[in-house]
Amino acid sequence: MKTVTKEKGTKAKTDAKEEIWNLRLYVAGQTPKSITAFANLKKICEEHLAGKYRIEVIDLLKNPQLAKGDQIVAIPTLVRKLPAPIKKIIGDLANTERVMVGLDIRSISE
Amino acid sequence: MGKAKHVVVFEKCPTGIKGLDEITKGGLPRGRPTLICGSAGSGKTLFAMEFLMRGAMDYGEPGVFMTFEETPEDLAKNFTSLGFDLHGMIARGRIAMDHVKIERNEIEETGEYDLEGLFIRLGNAIDSVGAKRVVLDTIEALFSGLSNTAILRAELRRLFHWLKDRGVTAIVTGESGDKMLTRYGLEEYVADCVIFLDFRIEEQISTRRLRIVKYRGSSHGSDEYPFLIDETGLSILPITSLGFDYPVSKERISTGIPKLDTMLDGKGFYQGSTILVSGTAGTGKTSLSAAFADAACRRGERCLYFALEESPSQIIRNMGSIGMDLARWVKKGLLKFHETRPMVYGLEMHLLTKLKRVAEFKPQVFIVDPISNLINAGTVSEVKSILTRLIDYLKMKNISTFLTDLTQYEGIQGRTSSEISSLVDTWLLLRDIELNGERNRGLYILKSRGMAHSNQVQEFLLTNQGIDLVDIYTGSGEVLTGSARAAQEAGEKATELTSRREVERRLRDQKRKRNALETKIAALRAEFDVETEEVHLMAEEEQKRQAVLAEDRLEMGHLRKGKSSVPTAKQSKKKRERSVR
Repeated sequence: MKTVTKEKGTKAKTDAKEEIWNLRLYVAGQTPKSITAFANLKKICEEHLAGKYRIEVIDLLKNPQLAKGDQIVAIPTLVRKLPAPIKKIIGDLANTERVMVGLDIRSISE
Repeated sequence: MGKAKHVVVFEKCPTGIKGLDEITKGGLPRGRPTLICGSAGSGKTLFAMEFLMRGAMDYGEPGVFMTFEETPEDLAKNFTSLGFDLHGMIARGRIAMDHVKIERNEIEETGEYDLEGLFIRLGNAIDSVGAKRVVLDTIEALFSGLSNTAILRAELRRLFHWLKDRGVTAIVTGESGDKMLTRYGLEEYVADCVIFLDFRIEEQISTRRLRIVKYRGSSHGSDEYPFLIDETGLSILPITSLGFDYPVSKERISTGIPKLDTMLDGKGFYQGSTILVSGTAGTGKTSLSAAFADAACRRGERCLYFALEESPSQIIRNMGSIGMDLARWVKKGLLKFHETRPMVYGLEMHLLTKLKRVAEFKPQVFIVDPISNLINAGTVSEVKSILTRLIDYLKMKNISTFLTDLTQYEGIQGRTSSEISSLVDTWLLLRDIELNGERNRGLYILKSRGMAHSNQVQEFLLTNQGIDLVDIYTGSGEVLTGSARAAQEAGEKATELTSRREVERRLRDQKRKRNALETKIAALRAEFDVETEEVHLMAEEEQKRQAVLAEDRLEMGHLRKGKSSVPTAKQSKKKRERSVR
C-alpha cells in the first residue's frame, strides 16, 4: 500500500465547508491502466483540489481482502471516501470532465 | 490410450442433487463452468446453493458462493428451511461467501477498465477455503451495474477461462431471455454445459421442469424432467430413460383375501406387479386396498398408502368395522399413510412426492387410493404419463403397486383405467349388481398376466369379520346375488331337506316291513317246528303201537299153541276179502 499525501493546509482551514478529500485508488499491480489512472487522478486533484486531498493507492494483488470492503469489481476504481457520500469512478479516469462530475468537484473549483 | 474412444473424456462432479446425477450420468463437468438459466423463481439459486452445500457436506469439496443479488444473510435465512446451515459451513471454513454489490448510481465510468477486482475477490475466496466449487449468482447483475458491455463481454470470456484454469467446477446462473437462453447471452461463453430450468403455470397449477440444453462431451437425457423443490431441496425425476429391463419376480403374494388368492391361481398376485382395481363408488375399493396392505404388514413388509380421498384415521376406523386392525401396523411402523389432496399440487409434484416417500420409506407394497382423483390435477394424458412413470419406477424397484380407480356410473371402465390398462398386470373389476331391488358387489378378474385365473364373477361381501367372496348362484339357468341368491339357496336347501326326509321315511318303512316280515317268518317257522314235532311224535307212537301189536300177536300165537299162527291169519283175511268181491 502506498500512500500519496499532498497537503497545503493554508486555505483549507479558513473555510469550514472545505475539508480533506479522501480518495482511494484501487489497482491490481502496475498495469498501464492503473498507471494512467493514477496520473490522471493526480493531475485533476492538483488542478482542482490542490492542498486538500489525500490519495491512497491500494494494490489488490498485495491486499486482495480489501476488495470486499469497498465492493470493488472493476480495476481501476477510484473511491471518494470523504466527503460523504461515497462515490465510485471506474476506469482510467481519462475523461477529466466525467471524473469531476463523478467526484462532484465542479462546484468547488468555481 | 488405445481405447480412447470409450474413455470418459470429462471427469464429472457429482452434484448430490437427487436425480440430476442420473440424467447427467455422473454430474456436472468437473473443472468447467456450467450455466443454469431460467426465469425468476425457477430455482436457479437453490440449484446452485444445493450443489455447493452438497459438495461441502457430502463430497468434501469446499465452495465459494458469490452472490450478486441476494445478501448472504437472506441466503442463509432462505436455506435454513432446507436444512442447510450456511453460517455454520462458513464458520467451519467449508464455504466462503462474497456479496458483490454494484450500485449503478454510485458509479461513474470513465475510460478503460477491467474486472480484475472481481477476479481478485473470487481468487481470494477460493484460496481462503481451498474451494473446488464456485457459484456465481447471478453474474448478469454486472450488466445492469456497468454500462460498457464490450468490456463486460471480454471480461466474462476471460472469467470463464480463468475459472477453467483454476480447475473449479463452477455454476453460473442467468436469467432467461426472450430470444436467447439468457438475457445477455451467457450461453455464448459457457460452452460446456447448459441447464435450463422452467417454471410454468398451467391452469393454476405450477410445474417445474429441467432440461439439459447441452452437455459437451457427454451423453445426457434430453427431455424435460419435472423437478420438485421441497424441504429437502431439489429432486429431479428421470423417467423416460427407463426401459423395460426391470427385474421380474416369480414370488407370489397374498391379496389378503383367501378366496381371491384362490381365484388368482391359488397364490395371489405376483410380487412387484401392478394391480389396478376399478369400480364405481362404494364397491369396496378401499377395503380391498386395506386388505392388501394388511396382508403385506402381516408378512412383515412395509406398505406405503397414499390416501387421496380419505384421511388415514378415517380409513383406519372404517377398516376396523370390517375386522381389520390397521392401527397396529401404523404403530409398528410397517404401514405408513400419506394423505394429500390432489388439488394441492400439480401432477409432477404428486409424482415426485410419491417417489420421494418411496425412496425414504422403501416399501414393498405401494398403494394409491384412488388414482382417478389425480385427474383433478391434470389432463388425462398427463395423468397417464405420470402414472406410466410411477409404475415404471416402482417396477424397477420391485415394489408391488396397488392402484384403485373410481369409475363413472354409466361406463364400465373409467377414463384413467382404460388409459393405463396396458401398464397393469392384474386388473380387478368391482361392480354393482342390481337385482330384485337391491345392490350387491361383484368382483371379477379382468386380466391377470402370467397366471391362470378364475373367470367367475364372485360376490364381494364386507362383513364385520372381514372381506369374503362368495360364489354367485348360477344354478337353474340364472345368476343371482345377495338376498335373491340367499333366498334361492335357502329354497334349495328346504327342498333338499324335504326330499332327504322322504328318503329317510321310506327307509324307515322298509326297515319296519322287513322286521314284520322277519317276525312272520319266525312265527311260521315256529308253527312248522311244532307240526314237525307232532309228526315225529305220531310216528313214534305208531311205531310203538306196531311194536305192541306184534307183541300181542306173538302172545296170541303162544296162546293158540299153533305153529302157523300169523301167516294163516293173513291168508285167511285175504281170502275173506276176495270172497266178498
